[in-house]
Amino acid sequence: MIPQDPIQAGFANALLAPERPLPPQVVTWNGSDPTVRFDVYRNNVVVSLTEALADGFPVTRALVGETFFAAMARCFLAEHLPDSPILTDYGDALPDFIAAFPPTRGLPYLPDVARLERARVRAYHAADARALTAQDLAHHLADPQRLPATRLALHPAWTLHVSEYAIVSLWAAHQGQGRIEDVDLRRAESALVLRDGDAVQVLPLSSAIAGFFATLAAGLPLGVAAEIAAATTPDFDLTQALALLIHHGGIAAWQPSGEPPA
Amino acid sequence: MTQSRAIQTTTAAALALALGTALTLGNTAVAGEGAAKEKCYGIALKGKNDCAAGPGTSCAGTSKVDYQGNAWKYVPAGTCEKTASPTSPTGQGQLAAFKAM
Repeated sequence: MIPQDPIQAGFANALLAPERPLPPQVVTWNGSDPTVRFDVYRNNVVVSLTEALADGFPVTRALVGETFFAAMARCFLAEHLPDSPILTDYGDALPDFIAAFPPTRGLPYLPDVARLERARVRAYHAADARALTAQDLAHHLADPQRLPATRLALHPAWTLHVSEYAIVSLWAAHQGQGRIEDVDLRRAESALVLRDGDAVQVLPLSSAIAGFFATLAAGLPLGVAAEIAAATTPDFDLTQALALLIHHGGIAAWQPSGEPPA
Repeated sequence: MTQSRAIQTTTAAALALALGTALTLGNTAVAGEGAAKEKCYGIALKGKNDCAAGPGTSCAGTSKVDYQGNAWKYVPAGTCEKTASPTSPTGQGQLAAFKAM
């Protein structure tokens, strides 16, 4: 966020690179060179934001190494100062930045790993929406004709990840589940990131179930989502998909009418 | 028209069947998982404490040592104080943060 005030804008601009001049209004109390003092400030900004990114993307960092990650973070923050005073929001733009960052072109799975890590932080801070339980939903069975046109609103803490790469296995291997040597990177994997109580979970999904959830999340009705999934994957298990959705508290609203969910 | 009506009916029946089964499965599973969890201190391994709060917070994977006394992990209720913790004065996990021995 670049401030409107010209002094503040000049100050913010000068923060990002030592070769940029300070705004003339920046002075020291004793008349010494303000650039020396300002360099300390520049350093604090760069170091604290680099650490914030390192904290938020531990697996991404492990995959490229500390040195590479720190250098990449510097390039990122030169283009992206925080646009919110909330530090946990910082880094939303990093996955797309990595995708366009030439030095990581040899690691095509890296942007999706970073997206998965970002989603975990976002899920943790997502709104506490109440999820519908089996008891809430049981009465809809009495009127099956309305089921195909029913639309669902998924829980705000839920995000779906569909990748051409083995991002879930890669992430899990860094949590002590499985060996990284055994991960077949070229295997397409999907995952659901969700929050159970205060704990964020990464749940591996079959591509058919991930596709079904994505169709529902896009606002299409149950009947259409089920037909698309069954047409794409003949062994799509609708029961398992719905059980997963209910069991993990994924349904925030159930709209039997043709109206899109509020 | 007739054909699309037939598809619609099949879908409704299939959905009702799947939803009915899913609700039953959901009930059992939720009953199992709904069993309360408790925060258990001193049992998480280094960096594995249950927290995904991210940067700018005090708890983003910050436990620096195994079995750190002020780092917690969710466990099924009742099992915490039965879980071994070499750093704990009682030898087991505790329901409140403690100082390592």
